[in-house]
Amino acid sequence: MFYREAGDFKTSYQQDSQTFPIRFDRYRYYVVLAVAFGVVPFLINDYWANAILVPFLIYAIAAIGLNILTGYCGQVSLGTGGFMAVGAYACYKLMTAFPEVSMFIHVILAGGITAAVGVLFGLPSLRIKGFYLAVATLAAQFFLVWLLNRVPWFYNYSASGQISAPEREVFGIMITGANAPSWAVYLFCLIFLSLAGILARNLTRGTMGRRWMAIRDMDIAAEIIGVNPLTAKLTAFAVSSFFVGISGALFFSVYLGAVEVGEAFGIQKSFLVLFMVIIGGLGSIFGAFAGAAFLVVLPVALKLVGVDVLGWATDIVAHLQLVIVGGLIITFLVLEPHGLAQLWRVAKEKLRLWPFPY
Amino acid sequence: MLDQAGGYTTVDGRKIGGVVMEMKNITLRFGGVVAIKDISFDIREGEIRAIIGPNGAGKSSMLNVISGFYVPSEGEVWFHGEKRPPMRPFEVARQGIARTFQNIALFEGMSVLDNVMTGRLTHMKTGLFSQALWKGPAEKEETENREVAEKIIDFLEIQHIRKTPVSRLPYGLKKRVELARALAAQPKLLLLDEPMAGMNVEEKEDMSRFILDVNDEFGTTIALIEHDMGVVMDLSDRVVVMDYGKKIGDGPPDEVRNNQDVIDAYLGVAHD
Repeated sequence: MFYREAGDFKTSYQQDSQTFPIRFDRYRYYVVLAVAFGVVPFLINDYWANAILVPFLIYAIAAIGLNILTGYCGQVSLGTGGFMAVGAYACYKLMTAFPEVSMFIHVILAGGITAAVGVLFGLPSLRIKGFYLAVATLAAQFFLVWLLNRVPWFYNYSASGQISAPEREVFGIMITGANAPSWAVYLFCLIFLSLAGILARNLTRGTMGRRWMAIRDMDIAAEIIGVNPLTAKLTAFAVSSFFVGISGALFFSVYLGAVEVGEAFGIQKSFLVLFMVIIGGLGSIFGAFAGAAFLVVLPVALKLVGVDVLGWATDIVAHLQLVIVGGLIITFLVLEPHGLAQLWRVAKEKLRLWPFPY
Repeated sequence: MLDQAGGYTTVDGRKIGGVVMEMKNITLRFGGVVAIKDISFDIREGEIRAIIGPNGAGKSSMLNVISGFYVPSEGEVWFHGEKRPPMRPFEVARQGIARTFQNIALFEGMSVLDNVMTGRLTHMKTGLFSQALWKGPAEKEETENREVAEKIIDFLEIQHIRKTPVSRLPYGLKKRVELARALAAQPKLLLLDEPMAGMNVEEKEDMSRFILDVNDEFGTTIALIEHDMGVVMDLSDRVVVMDYGKKIGDGPPDEVRNNQDVIDAYLGVAHD
């Protein structure tokens, strides 16, 4: 009943191009933000933070990044894990080299460095498309992991070959290391996710987004109306890698704390983020959130149901999870290629007309 | 019929200006195949110029040369009195040449409005960072260009489908949206590759009306390829006729209609 645009008249083009054109949606968005910033930090505990909330926030940033590249610009990438690793190692090097600089700046700089690396590996996209580009980015994935493993300078010559985050404070509150309170870690990640979401939305609703989508939908026509494919594709790689790099930096510094590159940022990470984007919905910022939430919550929910309620063995549940994720991906590809975001959109469309069918 | 300034007055009394685009001795080869053989013609400001010819005559190739898809093997392209160096299609677009395609090339995943707005891209200059911030220059630019896009949308009478994804539209409307996208660029020269292909009589009449209105209201110079002779003869001011990559006729519709070479090309020649 509330979900109507009736009586909500747009009198300017600014109003018409806003993110949430329907009033109810707009208020819901403010409520979600208020709860996320104002309520959750007081209720959060270590289990919720480590099992669900923090990984969700971090993966959502990565999914936004990949969605810009794959969903909006149509360039398939299997190098997300490698780019996350670049972000993590850049953050580590910055943290150890400049201990007095704020973590906010380190994380953003790590994103910037990843953006530069992303542009470098985006260069082949000017010549190759689709499946072949996916293979080229796969090469980036393996090369970057190999490089970060083999050159001791990247992990400061530590004997284990691991990198571990030194303890750092923001505004006098510890946010890395074992003693960091979970609400601080949560808020730190939430700030980055909120900014990433807003920036990504702004980019995709304007000129830049139209350039990317034009390249995705028909690159020849895009060029004929004045889109330079070189700059359009490379900016997509840069922006995408920037977000992926930030997520990698956060994943290492505030979530895991210590990282072995092949284990934390291997090919399975690339696939995980890709699955998030596919299940969530290609070409939708909301889809990135939905996909990340789904794939983070799914294992926890399955474990809860399988192990705690039904009393099955842990390994059976773990295998079951792989089966379910695989099945879901096939189902989504066949039935709803635009993912959860499309289901959400259809539901909203129905809700708008409810109780009438059309 | 040419007056002193190089222009002329059409049958219906419109003044046609100087040369906008001049093709000088264009030859286009693909390996051993010669698609266009030594063709020269010009397009004048404000006129509707048709390129006609039987299938495979090289009309679309000619349009592709003009829009920068193909670089001619020999010959020169002059635009606004300057020789055009070989350039990529997006650079040609920035010079003010827009086109539509024979088989519609819209962005299927985007709404009609977004498609028309992509036509404004050559006029939009804000960088990545102001785009990301949105408030300020990016929003201002978006609004200004939205106004132009909305004018075109009004003009072509597609207001009601503004927010509809293009993939849901019927063929005739898609053709119109594609024209809207090209017009949104406010081009100096508009190229239409078979704008009436696959349309019924009513849709053809609508499209013809739009083409005439565009030419009339915006003063846009138009070059079009079309197979429907009735349409071509009614719409165009001058016609280039091509056959097997060669130019066999050039002039006002009436003159071309009575040209023996043209009649032979279309009807065939008796061999005895």
